[in-house]
Amino acid sequence: MNTNLLTRFRDPALARELLGDIEQLTARLLAARPEISAERPLRLMEVCGTHTVAIARAGLRELLPPEISLISGPGCPVCVTANRDIDRLIACTRLPHVTVATFGDMLRVPGSSSSLALRKAEGAAVEVVYSPLDALKHAVEDPGRQIVFAGVGFETTTPLIAATIKRAAAGQVSNFSVLAMQKQVPPAIAALLADPEVALDALILPGHVSTILGTEPYRFIASEHGIPGVITGFEPADILWGIAQLLRQLWRRTPEIQIAYERGVRPEGNPVARVAIAEVFEPADAIWRGLGAIPRSGSQIRSTYTAYDAAHRFELEVEQTVEPRGCRCGEVLRGVLAPDHCALFGRACTPQDPIGPCMVSSEGSCAAYFRYQIHDRVPRTPPQQPAQSEDGKR
Amino acid sequence: MTKTITMAHGSGGSATRELIQKVFMRSYATMPLLEGNDSAVLPMPASVDAGRLAITTDSFVVTPQFFPGGDIGRLAVCGTVNDLACAGASPHYLSAAFILEEGYSQDDLITICLSMARASEEAGILIVTGDTKVVERGHGDGVYINTTGVGFLAPDVELSGAACRPGDAILLSGTLGDHGIAIVSVREGLSFETDIRSDAAPLYALCEAVLKAAPGTHAFRDPTRGGLASTLSELAEQSRVAMLVEEQAVPVRDEVRGACDLLGYDVFQVANEGKMVAIVPAEQAEAALAAMRSAPYGADAAIIGEVQALATSSEKPQAYLRTPLGSRRVMDVLSGEQLPRIC
Amino acid sequence: MCLAVPAKIESLEDGGMAVVEILGIRRAVACDLVPEAGVGDFVLVHAGYGIEVISEQMAQETLELIAEFPELIANDSAGG
Repeated sequence: MNTNLLTRFRDPALARELLGDIEQLTARLLAARPEISAERPLRLMEVCGTHTVAIARAGLRELLPPEISLISGPGCPVCVTANRDIDRLIACTRLPHVTVATFGDMLRVPGSSSSLALRKAEGAAVEVVYSPLDALKHAVEDPGRQIVFAGVGFETTTPLIAATIKRAAAGQVSNFSVLAMQKQVPPAIAALLADPEVALDALILPGHVSTILGTEPYRFIASEHGIPGVITGFEPADILWGIAQLLRQLWRRTPEIQIAYERGVRPEGNPVARVAIAEVFEPADAIWRGLGAIPRSGSQIRSTYTAYDAAHRFELEVEQTVEPRGCRCGEVLRGVLAPDHCALFGRACTPQDPIGPCMVSSEGSCAAYFRYQIHDRVPRTPPQQPAQSEDGKR
Repeated sequence: MTKTITMAHGSGGSATRELIQKVFMRSYATMPLLEGNDSAVLPMPASVDAGRLAITTDSFVVTPQFFPGGDIGRLAVCGTVNDLACAGASPHYLSAAFILEEGYSQDDLITICLSMARASEEAGILIVTGDTKVVERGHGDGVYINTTGVGFLAPDVELSGAACRPGDAILLSGTLGDHGIAIVSVREGLSFETDIRSDAAPLYALCEAVLKAAPGTHAFRDPTRGGLASTLSELAEQSRVAMLVEEQAVPVRDEVRGACDLLGYDVFQVANEGKMVAIVPAEQAEAALAAMRSAPYGADAAIIGEVQALATSSEKPQAYLRTPLGSRRVMDVLSGEQLPRIC
Repeated sequence: MCLAVPAKIESLEDGGMAVVEILGIRRAVACDLVPEAGVGDFVLVHAGYGIEVISEQMAQETLELIAEFPELIANDSAGG
């Protein structure tokens, strides 16, 4: 294909055109709906953490009309991993002859009393990999060691963890296993929308999760909740295009699930990838940091692939789970509390010395707010509550 | 049979002497070293009248030790030379101390030393003294090098990171991120193929040319670890100003952009070893740019932004980026190690 | 939540792998999830795997939709 076609989405001129459309649509909405103002802005949640970072890097917030507020959601797989799961991973590092292989994102996330980075400093075998394939390769090259891959991610990542397990099975690699902690996005969105405190006007839906899922799993957002959702790409123009389509839906009051990232997301998703997931994993109940237990929102390895399940292969001695005191990542992940309105933010909790996972992960909303010094223009007061809610305080 | 480093090479006995003679003296072959005394006794360079002396030290622990475009030896010379250059000091004398791990290949050590010899010759600095220690196998990472550099300043050279003034232009001597990406391209587990080479280079000649063309230059700083983001935020803090960089004005190779996209790196945080930032009064900026571009390693130089006054006394001194869309955002500083990420 | 970058397939290799190019850098990626991908195709690469073949036609369509958007919204009417 013509490379220029893809670079056109990086063209600032295209983004500027879209900003013009957005201004026009916002003006119309304001004229028609007096309840919307800079003090009571439209609440658009970007579910995906990669969007959070892309928005901050492009400086999109200051370019949007003040009546549009972008709220970061729970779409950072590292951030929503429960302390208990991190502790299980840390327990793996205490096993003899075991190397824990992880995406770089997980390395510094604190569990109850340690982190993979700390365990590495203490001499444990922890290795950062770019791909689960690298972990499998390590297992093949070093048959004397057990390689445990930290299975973290959403539907984008789960199929390739599945594919790696299938490759391990095909190659009869017996010293490779996965500690499965992956999560599914649609059940989390359902839990969010069921929470009256969250009160959202529209959803910017994740691009690459949807590459796998397609539109079907999101239908309920529009049909049951009457909320528009647009699947959006990651260039500034992609994000603005998604916002423009959301505003149009809000103006026309025709909530539906649209794709604004057509080059990377087919309506039916990637069926091959979903088959891979279904072959290796089955849905399981999972605990999300901030959202709590959500039925069938996690993944566990099917009995046919038990041999590659680290939870099955090893007897893990997991420490008592301790939640960090004062940490409000849970509320941040639900979009109820703006990161900079947490009492620990920037004081006890910084990217250098993080307390909660939202400050550790590069795409965590606290880290993005801290690094890019984003300040919410208005406290996150959900519309149906009085102006002075708890998170209005500093 | 390949020769390896043994504990005896660090004992101070005959093996040590042999190593010094066969490896270090033969590679560097500088007079003060060949004299073999405990201290190098050196003349004040004739070109320097009374002036002032600059001294700097740095240790080098890079893995892998050989990478596209360079090796730990070239890095150990260039890094220290460039720290002298930042002060506007002409490089003269260099010490080189090695901590070697038992079992390290002597051939590799010779390759490193020859590379240091070449780099020091290019930079016009003389390796005059050195030291070798050997640690047991497993207690080191092959080879660590410390270099200390001595340079001299002309009387009228007055550079300081605290001297940046609102209105000054920010110049960058070339493309960003080449060294850091060249290193990760050969790291175990991350390896990808690329033509990107480390930019490790001695930059005194470039700084000298800038000083000549723009005598009012306020500061030089080499954006090494932490990249341009750390360098500019340090300068901002020292001078209590804001640094505003035009994102589109910063030269970055396509391959570096591609690697950053793939690994989730921020190019402004990636290390450089052959780049210089210069803070120059606006009226001398064009002259400084022309001088940089005709100096060695400066062909891709650009004016990338300007120093601005803090809007209020409470504003934090730091670096900002003007995005291609015209918005302004903070240029965030790396915290901890740069890691590949999937999110 | 998931970084994925467009990369062009330069060659197909043994074991379901392909060599892709991203702005001048090359890396091997696995094609298990995009069995239909061929040389010259652009794929989205996430953590060492291709996860989708990028559709040129759809990229073109998006650009056209964006170009036509001002006219489209000019004729829109507010929802009740």
